[in-house]
Amino acid sequence: MCGIFGVMDKRRQMMDGSGIREALSIMNERGSGEGAGYVAYGIYPDYRDCYALHVFFDNPGASKAVVDATLEQWGTIEHDEAIPTCDQPNLKVNCTPWRYFFRPDASLAPGSASPEKDVVTNIVMQINAGANGAEIVSSGKNVGVFKAGGWPEEVADFYRIQDYEGYIWLAHNRYATSSPELWERPDPFNLHDWSVVENGKITTYGANRRYVESFGYNCSTGTDSEVIAYLIDLLARKHGLDINLAIRALAPPYWDEIDRMPEAEQKLNRALRFAYGSATMNGPFTVVAANPDTMIGFTDRGKLRPMVVGECGDRLYIASEETAIRTMEPCVESITRPAAGEPVIGRVAQ
Amino acid sequence: MNSNFGSMPLRYRISIDREQCMECGRCVENCPYGVFRWDGDRILINSRNCTACHRCLTYCPRDAIMLQEHPCDYRSHPVWTRSVRESIYNQARTGKIILAGMGSVSNLPIIFDHLMLDACQVTTPPTDPLREPVELRTYLGKKPSKLDFTQKPNGDVELSTELAPNLMLETPIMLGHMSYGALSLNAHVAMARAAKETGTFMGTGEGGLHPGLYPYQDRMIVQVASGRFGVNIDYLERGAAIELKLGQGAKPGIGGHLPGEKVSADVSRTRMIPQGSDAISPAPHHDIYGIEDLPQLVNSVKEATEYKKPIFAKIAAVNNNAENVAAVARSGVDAIAIDGFRGGTGAAPRVFRDHVGIPIEVAIATADRELRKQGLRNEVSLIACGSIRESTDVVKAIALGADAVYIATAALAAMGCRVCGNCYQGLCSWGIATQRPDLVARLDPDVASKQVANLIHAWTLEITELMGAAGINSIESLRGNRDRLRGYMLDEGLLEILDVKSVGA
Repeated sequence: MCGIFGVMDKRRQMMDGSGIREALSIMNERGSGEGAGYVAYGIYPDYRDCYALHVFFDNPGASKAVVDATLEQWGTIEHDEAIPTCDQPNLKVNCTPWRYFFRPDASLAPGSASPEKDVVTNIVMQINAGANGAEIVSSGKNVGVFKAGGWPEEVADFYRIQDYEGYIWLAHNRYATSSPELWERPDPFNLHDWSVVENGKITTYGANRRYVESFGYNCSTGTDSEVIAYLIDLLARKHGLDINLAIRALAPPYWDEIDRMPEAEQKLNRALRFAYGSATMNGPFTVVAANPDTMIGFTDRGKLRPMVVGECGDRLYIASEETAIRTMEPCVESITRPAAGEPVIGRVAQ
Repeated sequence: MNSNFGSMPLRYRISIDREQCMECGRCVENCPYGVFRWDGDRILINSRNCTACHRCLTYCPRDAIMLQEHPCDYRSHPVWTRSVRESIYNQARTGKIILAGMGSVSNLPIIFDHLMLDACQVTTPPTDPLREPVELRTYLGKKPSKLDFTQKPNGDVELSTELAPNLMLETPIMLGHMSYGALSLNAHVAMARAAKETGTFMGTGEGGLHPGLYPYQDRMIVQVASGRFGVNIDYLERGAAIELKLGQGAKPGIGGHLPGEKVSADVSRTRMIPQGSDAISPAPHHDIYGIEDLPQLVNSVKEATEYKKPIFAKIAAVNNNAENVAAVARSGVDAIAIDGFRGGTGAAPRVFRDHVGIPIEVAIATADRELRKQGLRNEVSLIACGSIRESTDVVKAIALGADAVYIATAALAAMGCRVCGNCYQGLCSWGIATQRPDLVARLDPDVASKQVANLIHAWTLEITELMGAAGINSIESLRGNRDRLRGYMLDEGLLEILDVKSVGA
């Protein structure tokens, strides 16, 4: 019972975080006031070519040196600072959010098709796996994750979300079931390009985790959205699947449906299920994910969790509830509820 | 030569309630072991011949017959147990290796029974299999690790990865390899029909393919074992898949043994061996002395069948199982069947049956882990076998990493087998593990096939319910999903090897 929200402007026109804050808060019935988070693309134009690493330090005095040393080993830190925050009466601060603007040294990942991302991936895996009091919560260019334990409006006010401007926003209103005290547990989860918010609980976490971990990913938080982010990165970036096909691999059609398809399509879908059986996600979920050019929404094959899509001008909305979309866009032009297994894919104009 | 042992204490005692008995003589007719005989109008009993096959009990119209195991006590002793002492007496008398039938009888804990399954409660809804699809369809064979596409001139992408041949199963339960020769033709026909009816496959074992099974050949996995009995190109071409038998869980490291008594004229023709001769397959394949020889055999079988059929390999689960599996996965085979130490057999030396090998639960877990670690998991499907007793064993084996299972003893039991363990005598009263025509005729293939099909169907329904309760609606989402298992009273070392958390964790 979480609430999720995503909005994208196809022409990269900026939206500040205030509307997203309102949209997420209207779904407070779906949360438990113990966690919320936001991610926005386009927020760091001054450092657009750097990887922005958002890090939670248990205690910067003790752990910052470890992260500094790791980053300097793998590239150059252009700038780093504490993420500006504004104390909220009901928000118990238990870590220090920090941000680095970092240039990875591509020569350290020879032979890779995307060496910078491989370097960043390795850094994230290394830091997050270690018991070093540091957790990297986002690691992409011109993107940042802001999350904490509290109601959406408290978390938004804590980070002053309204001061950031992005062209894609995802947000998550958490109904906590475990570790409410950990600020890294609410969605969004991010790995460089891709950010993920999920309303659901996949029953295949173990199988999916075993699968991605055999490709060198390391699931350190135990959350669905972490494994989903890694699955998308693996399929879309490393295996080069078109995002359509990647979604189909994660939430494939039933065999009965495949049997009825024309032959070429049948072959393609069978091949996807053959190759990615262990990546298939099962159980109830609605996932909204984004990278700098795309926002996607998809559900489990039975659509056990809600997904509402709104369109208005250049804006595409995907949310758990229509009311969230209407809160941000009262004059929304169209509202649709895609059928189970029907993904939504929005792309920014090139 | 005589011994000074005299007669051993009775293993079983048969008694007849003379009040109930109506002297119909069905017990005399039904017992092939000679327990009952007429003495005038009275039925006499020789309990010493009894195997506990229960045939007499089931056909006694008055429930007058009773069987008691170990009616005579030895002095109890925790070290010098009855079976230890009796083995010594036996070997002191004969100087021979003791042969035994069926699977291991050692009283070791069964890991399956210490693994608990998961179900959904509030954070996820269970799936209701009566109203929503739950897919058990299983494909066995090589799967691509990633897919390649080519761009067509019009911009569309087209899959360029060619898929290797796979077997499509409607349920992840197959009927394991038991040879014609060890089993009767009626038993084979019954299982073949059941495989066809339930959309699954059956193994021929190493005894060739009798013409009576040709109508079901597209449901048969033909086996090539070290004795090469019954193997020719016609045999290979008839099978839906071909399995190279490299080992057997009941007797790792040694070959097979079909006693000459069971080599009837028909068995002789099917196996291509002389009638009445013992069929002893060698311990190794004499063309495989090293792992590098296995790909040659795999490739020659693939060449012979034009790469149209999946090739399986079956190995026994032993200490270096993970290494063996990784080695075989590189040989070009499409699936590996792993046979645990509790696997059944018609005849095996007792010491092998009870002391050599490792449990299937561990073997599957380590195989799956090693294949994933080496990036080979999609190269082969894994089939678990060796003491799969019920539907929960199937679910647990798959959650530990198997793609499908072979059942064998369970299928025999579905046809009436009482697991008496005397298959090697060739006198099976149920007409299953015998070639004696009058006994074979006792097994009606129509009836027996229905029973086997019923069993597979019932397990399939139970698996569907268990998956639905766990919120899983396709079998590949169960595979290797060890998160959905918990170990109950398993030690920490074993939990780590199984990669399963303890209950409560």
